[in-house]
Amino acid sequence: MSTIDRTKIAPFVLPLLLALLSLPVRGQADFAGQWVPLFHEDLPERLPGPELGDYMGFPLNDAGRLRGDSYDPDRISVVPEYQCRPHGGDYSMRGLANMRVDPIVDPVSQRLIAWHTRMNFQEMERTIWLDGRPHPNEMATYTFSGFSTGAWDRNVLNIYTTHLKESYLRRNGLPRSDKAIFTEHWVRHGNYLTVVTNILDPAFLTESFVRSQTWELDPRQRMGRDICEYGAEVPKPRADYVPAHFPGTNPFLHEVADEYGLPFAVVRGGAETTYPEYRKIMPKPEHPLEFCRLYCACGQDGSNTCLREPGKR
Amino acid sequence: MRILLASVLLSAGLLYAQPSGSTQIQILPVQGNIYMITGAGGNITLQTGKEGVLLVDSGLAATQPQVLAEIRRLTNAPILYLINTHVHPDHVGGNEGFSGTRSTLAGDARNNARIEGDQALKIIGHENVLNRMTTPVGKETPPPQYGLPVDEYATPFKDLRFNGEGIVIYHEPKAHTDGDSIVFFRGSDVISTGDIFTPGRYPFIDIERGGSVNGEIDALDHLLDLTIPGKTQEGGTYIIPGHGRICDEADLVEFRDMVVIIRDRIQIMIKKGMALDQIQAARPTLDYDTEYVDANSFIKAGQFVEAIYKSLSGGK
Repeated sequence: MSTIDRTKIAPFVLPLLLALLSLPVRGQADFAGQWVPLFHEDLPERLPGPELGDYMGFPLNDAGRLRGDSYDPDRISVVPEYQCRPHGGDYSMRGLANMRVDPIVDPVSQRLIAWHTRMNFQEMERTIWLDGRPHPNEMATYTFSGFSTGAWDRNVLNIYTTHLKESYLRRNGLPRSDKAIFTEHWVRHGNYLTVVTNILDPAFLTESFVRSQTWELDPRQRMGRDICEYGAEVPKPRADYVPAHFPGTNPFLHEVADEYGLPFAVVRGGAETTYPEYRKIMPKPEHPLEFCRLYCACGQDGSNTCLREPGKR
Repeated sequence: MRILLASVLLSAGLLYAQPSGSTQIQILPVQGNIYMITGAGGNITLQTGKEGVLLVDSGLAATQPQVLAEIRRLTNAPILYLINTHVHPDHVGGNEGFSGTRSTLAGDARNNARIEGDQALKIIGHENVLNRMTTPVGKETPPPQYGLPVDEYATPFKDLRFNGEGIVIYHEPKAHTDGDSIVFFRGSDVISTGDIFTPGRYPFIDIERGGSVNGEIDALDHLLDLTIPGKTQEGGTYIIPGHGRICDEADLVEFRDMVVIIRDRIQIMIKKGMALDQIQAARPTLDYDTEYVDANSFIKAGQFVEAIYKSLSGGK
C-alpha cells in the first residue's frame, strides 16, 4: 500500500489553494469597464425625449396621471433647483449617459465588496454594495442614486435599492416618489450588458413597472467632467411662481394620440392597458393615420436615428 | 396644580402633536456638530461641543426623560441652550423637564451641578411663542410656570455663537404659526426648520395661531435661499425638518412646489366662486395625497385644503 508524503506535496497544494481563492466565484460576471447605452429599445423616448402626455405602458394610478397632466416643462427653466439634477438611480440606467463601472475591493482580502458606477450626466455616481451591509435607518438622508445592495444568483447580479429621492419615471413629468424602491438584474453576455429594472412605487403605480436596457462594452471610451451650474433662464412673474397646469387645462395631452393615430385612452396609461388582453377592448383611434408620420423606423438601420419625413411608411 | 398642568399639556399634546412615525428615541448624526433626535414627537436638533449642548425643540413632555437619557449616552456636557421653533406641545413639551425643575433630572449629575451652579438653561423663542404659552386658554388652563422661552426675541433674527459656531435664528412670520423660528448652524451647514417643513406630510398651517399659506411659502422660499446643495444637487446644506427624515434642498424644493401648486389651484377655485365643500370635493390635492397622507397622518387632505382656503379667503 502506497502512502503519500504530505511534506512533499504541501509546497504545491498551498499555492493551488491560494490561486483558487483568488478566482471569482464561478458564474459571477465582471462588470468593470466603459459601457455605452444602446438605443434600439424605446429610442424616441430616450433620445429625442418623450412626448408630453405619453403615459403608454405605465401602470399609473390616478395620482400619477394627474401629476403628469399638471406638469409644465417650464418648471425646469423657472425653478433653478431642478436644472442640475441627475436622473434618479432607476432612470439613470435608462437615460442618455455613458457609464463606467469600477470594482471596489477590500484592500486586505482582495474580495469584491462593491461595484461603483459613474455616469457622464451630472457626474452621477452610485455604489452597489455586495458585502451584506444593511440599508440605512429610515430617517437617514435619501439621494438621487439611492442606497443599493446586491447579491449574486449564478451569473445574475440582483440589486435592491432604497432611499431614493423623488424623481421621474419618464422625462415628461411622470413622477416617481421617494416611497419607491426598485430591483435590478444585471446580466453580462460577452460585450453586452442587459439591465432589467423593476420599480415599485405605492404613490403613483398600481403594479410593478419593468423595463430593460442594453449596454455595450467600449474600451475606447474616456469619460470627462460634466459640471453644471444653474442659471435663471426666464423672468418669474412672482417670487413664488411654480409653472404647472391647472387640472383639466393642459392643452397638449391629445398631441401624442393624434400624432401617432392612437386611441386617447391608450396613451393615458394604467395597468389594464399594459396587458395583451387590452387589445380586445381597446377603443378605436379618434384620428386614425394611414401612414406613420413621426419617429418612424427608429433605429432600424442600426443608427440612433428615426425617419421623420411625413408620408413615409 | 401640577397634575392639572400635566393633564392640560397632555391633552394639548394629543391635539397638536404630530405622530413621529417611530416611538423609539434615536440620535442620528447629521453633519459637523449636529445630531437629530427622533421619536420624541417633533424632531429635536442637538448641537454639542466644548461649551456644552444646545437643543432646538424639546419634544413631548412624556418623552423628555428618555430623550435626556439618550443625550447622556452621547455627551455629558451641560445643556445650556434650548431654542423653540414654535409653540406646539410636541416641540415645547419637554421644556419643563430640561429646565431642571422636574424630578426627571434628579439623577442627572451634570444638570444638577448646573442648577446648583452659576448658569441656568436659556430657553429662546420668538416672543409670540412666549405670549401664546403664557396666555391662558379659557378659564381653566393656567400658563405653565417653568420651561418658558423667557429669552425671547422680537426682531427679524437673533444670532449667537456657541461651540465655536455661528447660529442664526430667523423669525418666519405667519407661516406654520405666527411664532416660527428656523435655526441655521452656519459652521455645520445645517438648518432646523420646525414644522414649516414636514417631508412626507402636508404642513399644518395653524390658522388659529397666526399661520398662513403665503407665509408658509415665504418661509420655504427663505429656506431655499439659505440652502446650497453639493454635487449632483444633493447634500451640502442639510435640513432637519419638524418631522420626518434628514433632508436637503432637493427634498425641500419638492415640498415648496407642492404647497405652491395646491395653493394656486385653490386660489383659482376661490376666484371661480367655489365654496369650501365644493373645493374639497374637487380634490385639488389628488396627485399629492398618495405621497403626503397615510393612515397615521396628522393632517389629512381635507384639513390641508381647508387651511389654505381659510388662509386665502380671510378665514371665511
